[in-house]
Amino acid sequence: MKNRIIWLAMGLALSLTVQAQNRFFTKTGHIDFFSHTAVEDIKATNDQVTSFLDTSTGDMVFSVLSRSFQFPKPLMQEHFNENYMESEKFPKASFIGKISDLKSVDFTKPGKYQVKIAGKLTIHGVTKDVEAAGELSVDKDKIDGTSVFSVKPEDYDIKIPSVVKANFAESMKVTVQMNYQLYIPKK
Amino acid sequence: MKLRTNHILLLSFLLLTATVNAQNLNDLLAAESSDGPQPVEALFKATRVINGHSVKQLKKGELDFRISHRFGQVNTGPYEFFGLDQSNIHLSLEYGLLDKLMVGVGRGTYEKTVDAFARYNITNQQSGKGAFPLTISYLSTIETVGLKWSDPTRTNYFTSRLSFTQQLLLARKFSKLSVQLMPTFVHRNLVPTVMDPNDLFALGVAGRFKIANRLAITGEYYYVLRPTPQRTAEKYYNPLSLGFDIETGGHVFQIVLTNSQAMREGGFIGKTTSSWLNGGIHLGFNISRVFTLDSKTKK
Repeated sequence: MKNRIIWLAMGLALSLTVQAQNRFFTKTGHIDFFSHTAVEDIKATNDQVTSFLDTSTGDMVFSVLSRSFQFPKPLMQEHFNENYMESEKFPKASFIGKISDLKSVDFTKPGKYQVKIAGKLTIHGVTKDVEAAGELSVDKDKIDGTSVFSVKPEDYDIKIPSVVKANFAESMKVTVQMNYQLYIPKK
Repeated sequence: MKLRTNHILLLSFLLLTATVNAQNLNDLLAAESSDGPQPVEALFKATRVINGHSVKQLKKGELDFRISHRFGQVNTGPYEFFGLDQSNIHLSLEYGLLDKLMVGVGRGTYEKTVDAFARYNITNQQSGKGAFPLTISYLSTIETVGLKWSDPTRTNYFTSRLSFTQQLLLARKFSKLSVQLMPTFVHRNLVPTVMDPNDLFALGVAGRFKIANRLAITGEYYYVLRPTPQRTAEKYYNPLSLGFDIETGGHVFQIVLTNSQAMREGGFIGKTTSSWLNGGIHLGFNISRVFTLDSKTKK
């Protein structure tokens, strides 16, 4: 009986350690996008991005609610959700991908690492293969990730009427800043 | 034998670990990003359905300049060019004091009315788990008739020019269709004859159907409770209006057909004297231009 308890405890400890080491998580990731034209600047920020990073496989997943983007002008925000993103139909944007040069990162050693990330980006119900360069700052139980890339609305079937075309840059500059913490699953 | 049980136990633990690990990151993501209730937006695109208010709220710092125009009655025939020779306009400036409180002032040709209102957004419809099903607002208005006194010889009080409206707006969006109910109470301080009631109760129903991203069909009807048969000299009708919304950036254009000439509650609920059935229809339009005076996040 005693023996069995020891085995059990060992097994449990093992499973916890394996679990706890390689998953990093954030619920307060930051994404903003910016478009500059002579007519106007469009900027929106979202500080409620959920993301996981698995350091053993390099897998990364992101989930972004369109409605959580905050615009300086309320009317712009309404148009973004109603007319461009169609947030009722497509509430979320997501990214499923991988760090393609995982070997270049030593997650046990604090420091800054340049990485390449590739995967599938889904916006407005349209999925595209994308690649971006990013930087990971590894710390103890903490990883910060940043990346800047551009997204063309027309690639994702987001229609911009000709009347307001001058207000939009051809591509939006997207900035991603993630503050991963070690993931501890809820019991 | 005992040892073997322990082995099995260990094995099963290892297996468990493996499964937990292999569990899709995506499932984890879905579990962690389970969203709370989200507000449902854009039940209506302009602050008016056609004549009456909608639950569309001006947010803090938004200024709405509205120009509404109604031509004469279609049944006036070719002499009046089917109503187009006559014109009746209403101008208003409306502003969001808070995200939930907007106020406005206006001036209308119809009976030379000056009006003011305040509207408070009590709660919003949400989607998702534990969502609240309705958007509810409360409207209070005051109108003054600016016409010269019909009988200057008697003692006339300024208060006789006033009428008041209290209205509750209950709205819900079902995908492309938004529906709104408006229980309304109108009080007129002075009415034309003893037969006219000072207090009127009405129930309004309005809708918006989105046919494209920037186009919608709208409709609005108020059932006004009056004693039947009407004993007043003038016969009053219930206002029925149909509209077509076109949205371009900060503008909303509304092309409308309505049997009421007035564009404020006291007028269209209390004094609509023409009927759709005999061609007493007015063609008209509303233009709304929203300016953002105070940006939320100035950087």
